[in-house]
Amino acid sequence: MFNYIIKRIGIAIPTLLILIVVTFYLMHAAPGGPFTSERPLPAQVLANIEAKYGLDQPVWRQMINYSWGVVTEFDFGPSYKYHDRTVNEIIAQGFPITLKYGFWSFIVAIGVGIPLGAIAAIRKNTWIDYFAVGVSIGAQVLPNFVMAPLLIIVFTLWLGWLPGGGWHGGDWEYLVMPVIALSTSYMASIARITRSSMLEVLNANYIRTARAKGLPTKTIFFRHVFKPSLLPVISYLGPAFVGLITGSVVIDMIFSTGGMGYFFVNAAFNRDYAVMMGITILVGSLTILFSLIADLLYAWVDPKIRY
Amino acid sequence: MSLLEVNNLQVQFETTDGIVSAVNNVSFSLEEGKILAIVGESGSGKSQTVFAMMGLLDQNGHATGSVKFEDQEILNLSISELNLIRSEKIAIIFQDPMTSLNPYMKVSAQMAEVLIHHKGLSKTDAIKQSISMLDAVQIPDARNLIRMYPHEFSGGMRQRVMIAMSLLCHPKLLIADEPTTALDVTVQAQIMHLLSDIQKEFGTSIILITHDLGVVAGNSDETLVMYGGQVMEIATTELIYASPTHPYTQGLMSAVPRLDDNAVKLKTIQGNPPDAMLDPVGCPFSPRCKFSKDICSTHTPELLETGENKHFRACHVAFKELL
Repeated sequence: MFNYIIKRIGIAIPTLLILIVVTFYLMHAAPGGPFTSERPLPAQVLANIEAKYGLDQPVWRQMINYSWGVVTEFDFGPSYKYHDRTVNEIIAQGFPITLKYGFWSFIVAIGVGIPLGAIAAIRKNTWIDYFAVGVSIGAQVLPNFVMAPLLIIVFTLWLGWLPGGGWHGGDWEYLVMPVIALSTSYMASIARITRSSMLEVLNANYIRTARAKGLPTKTIFFRHVFKPSLLPVISYLGPAFVGLITGSVVIDMIFSTGGMGYFFVNAAFNRDYAVMMGITILVGSLTILFSLIADLLYAWVDPKIRY
Repeated sequence: MSLLEVNNLQVQFETTDGIVSAVNNVSFSLEEGKILAIVGESGSGKSQTVFAMMGLLDQNGHATGSVKFEDQEILNLSISELNLIRSEKIAIIFQDPMTSLNPYMKVSAQMAEVLIHHKGLSKTDAIKQSISMLDAVQIPDARNLIRMYPHEFSGGMRQRVMIAMSLLCHPKLLIADEPTTALDVTVQAQIMHLLSDIQKEFGTSIILITHDLGVVAGNSDETLVMYGGQVMEIATTELIYASPTHPYTQGLMSAVPRLDDNAVKLKTIQGNPPDAMLDPVGCPFSPRCKFSKDICSTHTPELLETGENKHFRACHVAFKELL
């Protein structure tokens, strides 16, 4: 187990390096730079600014300098757009916001998705099943960028119950709609996965054995059915996490929540290289970390898997 | 008084293509301490007969008739009533020990839960008793092996674990549903020995379901031959072997390969088993039967005693004509 974790971390390093190289080159391949604007700067001024930020050097050298700063000092560099702030400060501001509504979305997706799928499986081919399947299909075909404006129309404009955007330190009324918009499609996928895997487990021979043992239905469900049914859900958590992060871009733009997605989109528009790199590395590392956690969780549930 | 009495048991499954009759009018009884073998080819309704008795049919299955255990009607009881019988009085071991144990739970947990639930034991006591039961089925080093997961055992060992688990509450009746089909021949013999030892030691009655006539021969008191969901013949195992009176049983016996026979080609029964989708009319074996008459395809033969003690057969053709 310990060796496995070390190995996975070992693999994470080249993965991150590839991520850095590809992102760096793609970023620079896009036309324009952080200081191109509608009203061009005098050539000499531009050259001075670029020299200050090291942009006059070849891309590979910039990349190495940048990576060196990240590795040795954990310094993601200065923002080219917000001159008074470093990337570290921007992340420190945006990340907790993303983390908060992302965390709640995750909780809602799992906390609603798994019971919904389980009930549908246990009551297969009854109205509860049809209802749950209907809801999860409906939720899955509604992408978050459609869901979010719909929520605003209903809850802000028609009913006037919730504010249409903003963050205010993450008060619950500012949290509700972002969480619903972000979590719904993952909730639906988790419900669908839980339902089908649970149906499979319910038909397994060892469940028949459990019934033959004379155990009460409740005991059979919680001791024998529940854990194996969750295995496919656990493998889905990795991709779901990535989806939540990318989905946060949409959430930040529509609800003005001010999370990392907001800075990421602006950075892309402004060619704010350092901010883009900083957020990419952070999200990349989190993704690697999360899939490692999901794999360890998998091994914990399934004794046949030992690393 | 018989331990178990089955009368006119009928099992049907509702499928999207229609109703499948898996078991038709099966009746038999079992005395305490005896071993009854149920033989028949795949799909003859052997397993569904015992699943129906224990309420283990799939959700689309439906059983009618009567199953009396110790004079109590147990067919179609509610789950909570059935749970007082399952494992406590009637236990079952399944065909495939690879998939019949929960792969996600330690053997200790799977065994202990039976005793915790049925006998109200503490976890420590339950595990202690489980270990001694594993000892009884000759699992070496049970004290340590009990902490392992099923996939860490070999196939034969897993079947031993299944048997030990089924015996925890000392049931009066043990149903073994093709206990050796998934195992290799040497292990088969060991498991069969174990079952007959158990029968002697605990006085457990056993229903042994198999399609292996070799397994039946040495290990049962009575034999019930099933075909197409119906009983073809019941008799003591000796009689069945010495003088089978039903064309199907005769066919089965002659299909067993013999070492002293130099035939190049193995003997078979011509034709295929019947389609359970169709309503059973007449004798299910009649399309494959050499002795078939007109009446065989229109009227289902009744199971009648042949005159010899407790030898029943369901055939329109008189025994003399078969010789």
